[in-house]
Amino acid sequence: MIYEGKKKIWAEYQKEIPEDHYFYVRSCIRQSFFPASEATFLDITRNKLGKDIFETEHHTTCGGIAYHSDTIPQETVMTIIARQFALMHKYGYENYVCSCITSFGLYCETMETWREFPELQQKIAENLWKTCHLEFAKPKFLVHASDLVFKYRMQIAAKSKFKLVNKNTGEPLRVVEHIGCHYSKMFPSKGVGGAEYPYVLVGMIEAWGGQIVDYPERRHCCGFGFRQYLIKSNRGYSLSNTHKKFESMEPFKPDMIITNCPGCPYFLDRWQYVIAETEGKTYGENGHGIPVFTYEEVAGLVMGYDPWDLGLQTHQVSVEPLLDKIGIPYDPAKKYLGKNGKYLGEPQKPQCLK
Amino acid sequence: MGKLYDRLMKDYRLREGLNACINCGTCTAICPAAEFYRYDPRRIVDIVQHQDDEQIEELLKSNTIWYCGECMSCVTRCPRRNAAGLVIMALRNLAIETGLFMESEKGRQMYLLCKDLNHNVLNYGYCVYPRLFGYKEHQEAGLVWEWVHDNIDDVFDRLGANLDKDGPGAMRKIPQKDLDELKRIYDITGATERLEHVRQAGLKKAEELGLTEEEYCQKLYTECSPKHFNH
Repeated sequence: MIYEGKKKIWAEYQKEIPEDHYFYVRSCIRQSFFPASEATFLDITRNKLGKDIFETEHHTTCGGIAYHSDTIPQETVMTIIARQFALMHKYGYENYVCSCITSFGLYCETMETWREFPELQQKIAENLWKTCHLEFAKPKFLVHASDLVFKYRMQIAAKSKFKLVNKNTGEPLRVVEHIGCHYSKMFPSKGVGGAEYPYVLVGMIEAWGGQIVDYPERRHCCGFGFRQYLIKSNRGYSLSNTHKKFESMEPFKPDMIITNCPGCPYFLDRWQYVIAETEGKTYGENGHGIPVFTYEEVAGLVMGYDPWDLGLQTHQVSVEPLLDKIGIPYDPAKKYLGKNGKYLGEPQKPQCLK
Repeated sequence: MGKLYDRLMKDYRLREGLNACINCGTCTAICPAAEFYRYDPRRIVDIVQHQDDEQIEELLKSNTIWYCGECMSCVTRCPRRNAAGLVIMALRNLAIETGLFMESEKGRQMYLLCKDLNHNVLNYGYCVYPRLFGYKEHQEAGLVWEWVHDNIDDVFDRLGANLDKDGPGAMRKIPQKDLDELKRIYDITGATERLEHVRQAGLKKAEELGLTEEEYCQKLYTECSPKHFNH
């Protein structure tokens, strides 16, 4: 790896990220599969770092998955997005932070299309007024929630209780980062570090003590593909793409994977389970998988949050070997408890994946 | 149905996504779909660029345009800043408008996608709604998801979500006033009309095949010709 060359490219993609005062919008997938990650993001930014991150219950989906499955017209999704932006303006904010990469890419594309075709922007503004009686506005700054965690990474490191280091050997953990295609593949200048050498997760890993794993299919898609996953008969596409990535990263023996997009951790986690159960192949140590995390979960772990408060019990690939490797304490008896200690039973055990 | 190329050019995505393709094939080399399916985005962009209506009509009737995963990996690497993925989106849009999406197995899947995704958007305000993401239809979601789904209120409560409850938070109940606004957006921007157009085409096909709607949905969800694949 020509590290100096990469540093130069990263330097060309330094994104301006305001320090504070954001209007926050959630992600359909992250809320559904990693709700604790969004809770952790808000707890860290608001309560640990004292930032103003505002949320209203009136925001909705951006419509991105429906749009990228080709079910709704471009004008529809643009008007939904205009409504989200208008809510930001209504509540007195000009910085917009979203939890979803599909949304982030779509916001970038929409604003670029509006810039290029002002008559379309005008039409969307009229649609917005007719349907919602809201005033059209655009964010001054648009960021993904990981951009903020990247910005605060040193503050998080300063408050950390653990590092991404093997407690037995003292060596940095080998960490695979997976960015999510719509973060910067369409508009490289909108992502920290661009599309070829995105730095948004690399910066977190370095700040928190880990070591980056570079591998041939590092930039390959996780395989969501919208309709390619949503319809059962298309899912071979999704599985094959994840399989390709794992075959490529396997020789580098990663300890963990950190992801940017809400969908990618779901696919990288669950397709490992499917590969294990159907082919008997596992990619981690001793029959385990490689644990996959959201960036909020990793931030929470280094800051000393209880792994079960972070929702790690809802991953299919077990996280305990990694927690042991770092030395993060956890109580196995509390893994499957609900609020107030209610026992919820336990998931069935996979046959192959430990 | 008018000159197809002219109709395509009205789509902002085509105007943004097609500058001047030099046929280098970089998009195909990087494309996750091209590795899996018999799919060549270079060839598709070339057909559109040549403005050949006969070939464009064949594309609209084919499975080919439905193979793309819209990951947009092609955009980054194209030396001319084309976006094959955006060209595909414009072609899919035209295939739906003209009704030609019903000519292919993959195109007919639009019925299910339109029905399920927009049910979620219009009734709950989300593209994905976890109560309707069942383990039976999504066994790949793992045995842990079966557990989550069986205990969904307790698990979401434990993880700090606000499932189906008032106020802000993950998977909150989105107020009816806001859902009404989404519906009005659908009505005036063509989404409602599109959903009904796709629904009617699907129901007609189901009737032709002598299937109930449920049987037709099951067929769409599981039917897969081996001819789609590279190997």
